[in-house]
Amino acid sequence: MFERLAEVVNADPAVVRWGREMNETFMLEIGETQYLITVRAGRIEKVEQGPFVMRSWRFAIRAGKDCWTEFLRSPPAPGWHDLFALLRRGEVKFDGDQRALWAYLLYVKLVLEKARSLQ
Amino acid sequence: MSARLEPITGRYAHIELDGRAHRLYYEEAGSGIPLLCLHTAGSDGRQYRAVLNDATILKHYRVIAFDMPWHGKSSPPAGWQRDQPYRLTTEAYSAMVMTIASELGLERPVVMGCSIGGRIVLNLALNHARELRALIGLQSAAYVERYYDAAWMDHAEVHGGRACGGLAYGLMSPLSPDEYRWETVWHYMQGGPGVFSGDLHFYQVEGDIRSRIGAIDTKLCPLYMLTGEYDYSASPRDTQAAADRIAGAKVTIMKGLGHFPMSENPEAFLSYLRPVLEEIRSD
Repeated sequence: MFERLAEVVNADPAVVRWGREMNETFMLEIGETQYLITVRAGRIEKVEQGPFVMRSWRFAIRAGKDCWTEFLRSPPAPGWHDLFALLRRGEVKFDGDQRALWAYLLYVKLVLEKARSLQ
Repeated sequence: MSARLEPITGRYAHIELDGRAHRLYYEEAGSGIPLLCLHTAGSDGRQYRAVLNDATILKHYRVIAFDMPWHGKSSPPAGWQRDQPYRLTTEAYSAMVMTIASELGLERPVVMGCSIGGRIVLNLALNHARELRALIGLQSAAYVERYYDAAWMDHAEVHGGRACGGLAYGLMSPLSPDEYRWETVWHYMQGGPGVFSGDLHFYQVEGDIRSRIGAIDTKLCPLYMLTGEYDYSASPRDTQAAADRIAGAKVTIMKGLGHFPMSENPEAFLSYLRPVLEEIRSD
């Protein structure tokens, strides 16, 4: 499903605008499955699925499969609806460059929400 | 003139707080029982525009919403550039609310505050119950543990407006109308550097009131606690935990609302607020 994130994000200028200075690769971990998402000027250039060998990324967002299932419901239940809601309940971990995550927090939140439309 | 005018008027008041001169902006509408509204951390009084425009409420209440110093149209005090970074404390916030109420001539007002405002009403319930007619805590919790580092929102290499907006965005309900959610985000995007994180010093570090709330006497001053179910900062569980220790506190969990009920979904919020104000008025 996350493989198709590029088409829904890149088609929505209200999301792309918040990442227009972003040129980074970040990791999204869904349980055992890893994705590397490469962003160029707010557009998702590619989504690659792991396993990866010695790849670099700027920051990683890691949560279990069940957690993402709850997050991706439309509408999501209270307490499962936002990246920081998952953080407050201890279900998500952020690794790597926290500055970059904060700099693009709104963009990253909106990108992840877009995955709801792919369910 | 063909423009539709709202009943709200805005004014500036010169008020001394903590020994320093302040020029504070406030808006008001209606007449009757004073209802003083306290905005959330890092935002301003515009959050209450729906309450300030509600004809039912304005019939019996004089609604007042001020911008805290450093917020909205209330500038920091002269000399701020030489001060230590802005940090809100329980003592300063409590004194601010009571001084403004007194300087504006509000007699036994109802005080309604959201988030940090919902926290300070618990302090007011402890220390100023006899001077107040009733207290309404929105998204009220006695303590919220620190689950993220607010310092990133005041960092040269992070855009503060975007970061604060990004944080506030998720605290709202996905069911609230887009129009109002993004207006609420915009207010957050307009905050000054370090102001939101300075307010959060009170919310997440200094203002833990858990050990004292058991002493609140709701017979002296009724306490209403209204919390949106989608709030994960001051969650329904946090509100209930506080209310369980306060005899007589009246809790309402607001369906489909998040951390900014008055601004993210005004109509839904007003449907919860009006009966509370009606009950206060008939007491």
